[in-house]
Amino acid sequence: MYTDKVMDHFTNPRNVGEIEDANGVGEVGNASCGDIMKIFLKVEDNIIKDVKFKTFGCGAAIATSSMVTEMAIGKTIEEALELSNQAVAEALDGLPAQKMHCSNLAADALHEAIKNYREQNG
Amino acid sequence: MKHIYLDYNATSPVRPEVLEAMLPFYREQFGNPSSVHWAGRQVGGALEKAREQVAAFINASPAEIVFVSCGSEGDNMAIKGSLGALKEKGNHIITTTVEHPAVLETCQALEKEGFDVTYLPVDKDGQLNLDDMEKAITEKTVLISVMWANNETGNIYPIEEIGAIARKYNIRFHTDAVQAVGKVPVDVQKAKVDLLVISGHKLGAPKGVGAIYVRRGTRMTPLLHGGHQERNRRAGTQNMAGIVGLGLACEMAGAEQESYYHRVRALRDKLEDGVVALVPDIKLNGTPNRDQRLPNTLNVSFAYIEGESLLLNLDMYGIAASSGSACTSGSLEPSHVMGAMCVEVTLAHSSTRFSLGPETVPAEIDKVLEVLPATVQRLRDMSPLYNCGRTSDNCETCQTIKRI
Ligand SMILES: Cc1ncc(COP(=O)(O)O)c(C=O)c1O
Repeated sequence: MYTDKVMDHFTNPRNVGEIEDANGVGEVGNASCGDIMKIFLKVEDNIIKDVKFKTFGCGAAIATSSMVTEMAIGKTIEEALELSNQAVAEALDGLPAQKMHCSNLAADALHEAIKNYREQNG
Repeated sequence: MKHIYLDYNATSPVRPEVLEAMLPFYREQFGNPSSVHWAGRQVGGALEKAREQVAAFINASPAEIVFVSCGSEGDNMAIKGSLGALKEKGNHIITTTVEHPAVLETCQALEKEGFDVTYLPVDKDGQLNLDDMEKAITEKTVLISVMWANNETGNIYPIEEIGAIARKYNIRFHTDAVQAVGKVPVDVQKAKVDLLVISGHKLGAPKGVGAIYVRRGTRMTPLLHGGHQERNRRAGTQNMAGIVGLGLACEMAGAEQESYYHRVRALRDKLEDGVVALVPDIKLNGTPNRDQRLPNTLNVSFAYIEGESLLLNLDMYGIAASSGSACTSGSLEPSHVMGAMCVEVTLAHSSTRFSLGPETVPAEIDKVLEVLPATVQRLRDMSPLYNCGRTSDNCETCQTIKRI
């Protein structure tokens, strides 16, 4: 059902955890759908220096969270805002159709974290 | 890696003796039991022997057994066939909120056609209140349908008491016994049921064969129209190999009933005690009274984590279990059984069913108990719900949950 890339990110998720002095935090999803993703950002000079995540959810939710952190690190805020859920799914060589809706929210979580960073840092 | 199969409520392997008994019916004895010639005569005896084996297993007479293609067909036939035959008497069915979809969705389809259905609620342990059932009976009630045992929690329902209520009001009683047969004693006379459904593949017979017990004198309209097979009750040339397999599987399950119960129950209890002792923040789903649960079933929720990710992790160790999570059902909502028991939604998403079988050995339970605690902890360390001061009652997320 899942691609090798999804299984790789699911079994060895990158950047799991929290950033103590994060300057942007975003959360999406809700428990009733079975997926909650929380992204922590450390932004310096408009560049994403560090990203970490915590996710409650299925294999696809964990893999997309892990993938989005890898894709976001080193990007400018503007570049990161261009990242779409679709791009994350493609980077994982695709997700099963029924997962595209509920478990593919990692880019949204990233965007929420950026929004929070902008609110905090004017 | 060794495979550890703990999903016997989903399906079971065909028993070697059963497969052996089936094989001649594909080549040597391939005849159609309805034919008058030698080829037909060769298999007629085997068909009737299988009917006797199934009948003896549930204390019925052979003429009361109709072979069908699966449990789902049996449930459809029991319900639609009864309402068709009892149209003049009434249009009301009483069932429960925790039935298998083969019953629930059949009832929902009938509601669209104008039938009335009462879905009895269960309490937080998944138990029924029989006073509710009696109160739900009206002049128009023609059928009560309650499963003998629940596939997700393993809860065993008080079928004898329900049978007595149905008799008292002269209402037909159907039970889906797909999960019960072979695991606990099933006797159609004691339980006073009129219709009872079994499925081969949960019993060590193959997929695609089942049987329905139809008490003598119970009028039914057929689900499948066509041939005169099964005394006009079910059209279609019989699946001879499958039926022979089902017959033998029933005979073997009947003979082994008691020893199976004690053996598998000891292993399940060991698993249950181990999980409770080794993993904090869990919830048992179903009745805590182990005598009222199937001896092979354990359903637990692990707080803060989601079921599919746990199953995938267990699968990496070769352990096969199943989950009530939405993510494993292809829908967005977790199991309707967890919903009916008002299990909090994150816990419903993490509900995990271990169902043991006759081939389960102690070393397999040891292995599960060895890997499960660390696996759960690894996922918890990844979860935003864990150790963040959120408890199930004070976080926003959980407010959304309560609505369901
Ligand atoms: C309680 C219950 N009823 C009915 C069925 C359906 O049986 P079958 O798979 O033979 O259609 C199942 C099996 O999934 C079951 O567990």
